[in-house]
Amino acid sequence: MTGEHGGSRRIALPYPVRFVAGQLARLVTLMVAVSFITFALVSASPIDPVQANTGQAAMLSMSAEKRGQLEERWGVDTPLWERYAAWAHDAVRGDLGDSLRFNAPVAEVVVDRVAASALLLASAWAISGILGVVLGVLAGTLRGGALDRVIRAYCYLLSATPTFWLAMVLLMVFAVVLGWFPVGFSVPIGRTAVTVSFAERLHHLVLPAIALSVTGVANIALHTREKVVDVLASDYARLAAARGESRWTIMRRHGLRNLLLPAVTLQFASVSEIVGGSVLVEQVFSYPGLGQATVTAGLGGDAPLLVGLALATTVMVFAGNLVANLLYGSIDPRMRQEVSRARA
Amino acid sequence: MMQLVRHVGSPSSSMGGAAPSAHGPHGDAEFHHHHSHAAISRHPDNHHLLTVEHLSVSFDMYDPVAPFFRAGRVVCEQLHDVTLSVHRGEILAVVGASGSGKTLLADALLGLYEQNTLVSGHIWFDGEAVDADALERLRGRGISLVPQSVSHLDPLMRVGEQIVGACHGRRRAERRERMRLLLEHYGLSPEVERLYPHELSGGMARRVLLICALMDEPQLIVADEPTPGLDMERAVQALRDLRGFADGGGGVLLITHDVELALRVADRIAVFHDGTVVEETAVGNFAAPELLRDPFTRALWHAMPEHGMVVEGDRALGAAPSKVRRGMSDGGDCR
Repeated sequence: MTGEHGGSRRIALPYPVRFVAGQLARLVTLMVAVSFITFALVSASPIDPVQANTGQAAMLSMSAEKRGQLEERWGVDTPLWERYAAWAHDAVRGDLGDSLRFNAPVAEVVVDRVAASALLLASAWAISGILGVVLGVLAGTLRGGALDRVIRAYCYLLSATPTFWLAMVLLMVFAVVLGWFPVGFSVPIGRTAVTVSFAERLHHLVLPAIALSVTGVANIALHTREKVVDVLASDYARLAAARGESRWTIMRRHGLRNLLLPAVTLQFASVSEIVGGSVLVEQVFSYPGLGQATVTAGLGGDAPLLVGLALATTVMVFAGNLVANLLYGSIDPRMRQEVSRARA
Repeated sequence: MMQLVRHVGSPSSSMGGAAPSAHGPHGDAEFHHHHSHAAISRHPDNHHLLTVEHLSVSFDMYDPVAPFFRAGRVVCEQLHDVTLSVHRGEILAVVGASGSGKTLLADALLGLYEQNTLVSGHIWFDGEAVDADALERLRGRGISLVPQSVSHLDPLMRVGEQIVGACHGRRRAERRERMRLLLEHYGLSPEVERLYPHELSGGMARRVLLICALMDEPQLIVADEPTPGLDMERAVQALRDLRGFADGGGGVLLITHDVELALRVADRIAVFHDGTVVEETAVGNFAAPELLRDPFTRALWHAMPEHGMVVEGDRALGAAPSKVRRGMSDGGDCR
């Protein structure tokens, strides 16, 4: 069987071409699936887009004719397949449609919101990665000790804590009671964008970033700890110990090297968690980013915007996983050899 | 009463007469310290290179057979009352079944203990009584390990860096020099430095692991199953390097499951059974069963292929030496 398939008739493309083509095919399949599921979910949602976007009072005073016009514009009676086909027809030409809620092209809204969230997402991602690895290495190396217990208890507690609840607690304690940080938004209220300093932006960023990174920290710390325990129980750690290396020397020389790969993979795979978590955190902190726009689009039945946002986050998560794969290949010498064999 | 075993090799002692003590001076000629000598066994400075007496290793653990939530803590003794000695210039083979606790013996000699390990007994190294802390200090500074397989090399670190080990500055340069000499001596090209462990052949990996040990200029090498999966001739060939080390005045404790291999390369054999050494004797005494003192060793002798693979009555021994070990493998004994 395999002989026939792998035979001489197969066209041998150069490895990079095959790789890129394969990844693109995956991404396209994923985007089709994500966009269709989002459409289906919006149309299955009980939210009446006309009512949600005009408000209760306006609905009551509205004439039936006017309402009919709105329903037609929002496509309430058009079947799912027809709407999806129309959207897909435009989407392949690069037109993602207009947001009903923001009254602007979807692409524009998405780019705005991604830019607004970028700093928050990036800092939360970096904090969770660095802090997670540091805590995991400490706990794993001092396995069974007091610090290990404290770190583990902290991680279990954090894993069991809903992000939005933690965000509210942070808000109450540090913004309302202590007044150290602003209560919401990404910039001070009542100022034009040009007058806002970077320091002020950071000041607004601190609480949401902490809330967003916290669950990721627990996850990465616990995974890292397990890996540290594995490394210290490995044969090569035994030989290193037998040669007189101390536990911390073993950790420095062999541990980090062998930890790097799983940590990096986990870190890039956790992009999805950070993006997902931002929906809740941005809502609590009224942070006008990607997550908040997603909530607005979902509650307003704004299908084109929701699909646009879903596709943007799909690309981000896909890129994260792709980077993890590529790094794997370049860091691990065994994988490097596999790749060069595949290329040959 | 046990009968004294005659030495096969001619005793070459210049210092006779002293009363045998745990680690003090004694003569070579007699059966003493629970063992007999090979011709090559020497006692410079009037003591053994390594003496282990009444070494027991047990683990404090949850009862492995009890139901999970009702398991109480038990102490499992894995090594009981192990006594053996290694002389300068000789290879002592510790022969026992897989899982009989031989690797535990290696770990105990290197001071590699888990947190729940309980160790008792006496160890003397080069005439000095040593405790767990001293054993830890001797790692890589007197006692070196030659492990079983290439999995003891970090898969993500270049071989040269691993051989040199953790050190800085001038010492690093010196060790680099020494590594180059050793690589050359063992017929490995300088390119080996740049390779990763998965790129080494089996033979190269074995020599690299030996070089790792020799880097530290040890007096005693503990070799834990250093020739897995090799046939007899290749294994004997591979162990020539250890022979060379012993001939240079070092001591080798060779841990193996293979009696025949041990008889080919070692000077003396410690037979390991159920977590203890039942007999420590010169290889020459395996010439005839009458020279062997312990019933188990004799059963082992009779079970060897060239002795007709005779299996004695009530002992659950298989036909070939590899199967002899089946009956001796369980080891642990929990209280």
